[in-house]
Amino acid sequence: MAEPSDSPVLRQSATFPPETIAEIQRAASEGLYDIRGWGAKRRLPTFDDLLLLGASLSRYPLEGYRERCDTNVTLGTRFAKQPIELKIPVTIAGMSFGSLSANAKEALGLAATEMGTSTTTGDGGMTNEERIASKTLVYQVLPSRYGLNPDDLRRADAIEIVVGQGAKPGGGGMLLGLKVSDRVADMRTLPAGIDQRSASRHPDWTGPDDLTIKIRELREITDWQKPIYVKMAATRVQYDVQLAVKAGADVIVLDGMQGGTGATQDVFIEHVGIPTLPAVRQATDTLQELGMHRKVQLVVSGGIRSGADVAKALALGADAVSIGVAALIALNCNRPLYLKDYEALGTAPGYCHHCQTGRCPVGVTTQDPELEARLEPRAAARRVRNYLSTMVLEAQTLARACGKSHMLNLEPEDLVALTPEAAAMARVPLAGTNWIPGVAASD
Amino acid sequence: MITVDLNRVDIRELNQRLHDQNGDDGRTPWRIVGPDGRHSIAVGLDATLTVTVEGHVGYYCAGMNQHAHVTVNGHAGPGLAENMMSGTVRVTGNASQGAGASAHGGLLVIEGDASSRCGISLKGGDIVVGGSVGHMSAFMAQSGRLVVCGDAGAGLGDSIYEAELYVAGSVGGLGADCVEKDVTDDHRTRLTQLLCRAGIDADAGSFRRYGSARTLYNFHVDHAGAY
Repeated sequence: MAEPSDSPVLRQSATFPPETIAEIQRAASEGLYDIRGWGAKRRLPTFDDLLLLGASLSRYPLEGYRERCDTNVTLGTRFAKQPIELKIPVTIAGMSFGSLSANAKEALGLAATEMGTSTTTGDGGMTNEERIASKTLVYQVLPSRYGLNPDDLRRADAIEIVVGQGAKPGGGGMLLGLKVSDRVADMRTLPAGIDQRSASRHPDWTGPDDLTIKIRELREITDWQKPIYVKMAATRVQYDVQLAVKAGADVIVLDGMQGGTGATQDVFIEHVGIPTLPAVRQATDTLQELGMHRKVQLVVSGGIRSGADVAKALALGADAVSIGVAALIALNCNRPLYLKDYEALGTAPGYCHHCQTGRCPVGVTTQDPELEARLEPRAAARRVRNYLSTMVLEAQTLARACGKSHMLNLEPEDLVALTPEAAAMARVPLAGTNWIPGVAASD
Repeated sequence: MITVDLNRVDIRELNQRLHDQNGDDGRTPWRIVGPDGRHSIAVGLDATLTVTVEGHVGYYCAGMNQHAHVTVNGHAGPGLAENMMSGTVRVTGNASQGAGASAHGGLLVIEGDASSRCGISLKGGDIVVGGSVGHMSAFMAQSGRLVVCGDAGAGLGDSIYEAELYVAGSVGGLGADCVEKDVTDDHRTRLTQLLCRAGIDADAGSFRRYGSARTLYNFHVDHAGAY
């Protein structure tokens, strides 16, 4: 008979696990919500919960290394005289100079240009480095209107009216004082070093009827040349997509709750919005009901990481995807370099989400010249280019296996789900069954 | 004088004709008749044009104006001269909400009253209102001046940064972090010059000045109640 062990039996509370205890005690000590970068860290239904059905007897595959699988996509065909032509269906999402270093913005622009895709400005306006580096640049019009001016509006290739972002639907921007350098402050017409909290609503319009008029104003200012995107956080997708279409958007950008941020309350990041997976299907269904699918293009973002994610998002009806955090990771975010600097932030490579501090060890999300110098724009651009290229090759591999000669030919019928939840959200059958939860079986 | 009748010409054609002057030193004045509350009249101008609109305008008249001098002989809808960069915009009547929103430069004169959120998110422009302004005016105003010859509604200058506010009449209430400040001789001199430039007959000595207490510039838990 075994002797009873002397070691104590530790029993962890499911309600109060160690991280919850630590957060309560941090809040008790500091009296302030936790602010951090990145997107949701909780487990969510994702594109990993879907599988693609490769061809066999009932479908023909394309030859993987010989037959073409095109990846080009055109955005802004509805009203704009000069739609955006992209070589790949992966774009770089809006991220501000201020949140990101100038070197990071330049590197993203160079990489996007080399790959024939677009990059996007952010809260704080357009930098010259970014404009010069980016062949195709989308200019964001945000509630804060920091740095907004008609000259940059005209020299942009498209305009993106930002209603919200996935990390913080209904919330405004935030840039803590450590990152509000003299240059950032000057671009935003603010005192240097302040905690900059930007507005959550636009100053000169409220609601969809006003947005219709606002879009027409921007079209008038730019002589109807530029596509106008409307970027929204994924929440009430059916209604919001309908309203954006009615307001006259050329392109809808839909950002799921996995979408990243430079700084936002953790409670916001983890508890507001819906995941990208259900959002893309709801948006596609809504556009199809309106007869506007492929007429108003749909770009989805929030947690896109690989060619598999790209293929699945496109199969669910997106025209393109957009990446933010993944592009930063390709730049070097969370790379195991400068370990002592990670340690000084109280974190480690692979876990860091400390963009809000401005002390980014690898020079991506900082305004500190010494840290920024760690990110050499050309070398960083090469990494992002390699990553984008890999994503596209992966997506093409999957599309060819499904018999598609163009990425946009992927369709929901190419997908099955691994979980009932994902099946319900994506409205594709649970793998090995004909069962789509919530959809009546056909005879 | 070039006259454009908006009962015969649509907004697109009007704006295109005005934009075709962009970058030029337009010497011939433009007169626009029949506006009938239409939106986006004379937006995105980028030349030293003189444009007079005879009647009432809808949303965003003279939006993002650069260099041009636009006069509306009537009332204006929301977002008048939004994000103006330079030049002057004058309205002889009243203006609806969000007049001069996020204006980076230039001078906006409203001879009558302005509704709520006048000068919201102001970024360097000057706004002179001959009458009164509604609630939440100069909300989050960052730079520039809002001068109100009448009264100001509740929540004036809420979450204000470095903009300067002058009010001759009563104030319905100051917003978070907005406080009354001393008026020095230098302030009065500069205010007199601004009123003169705006063509508004008012005594600079009768205004009180408001601005930021700067207590909310960096978040502190003890100020949480102010948000």
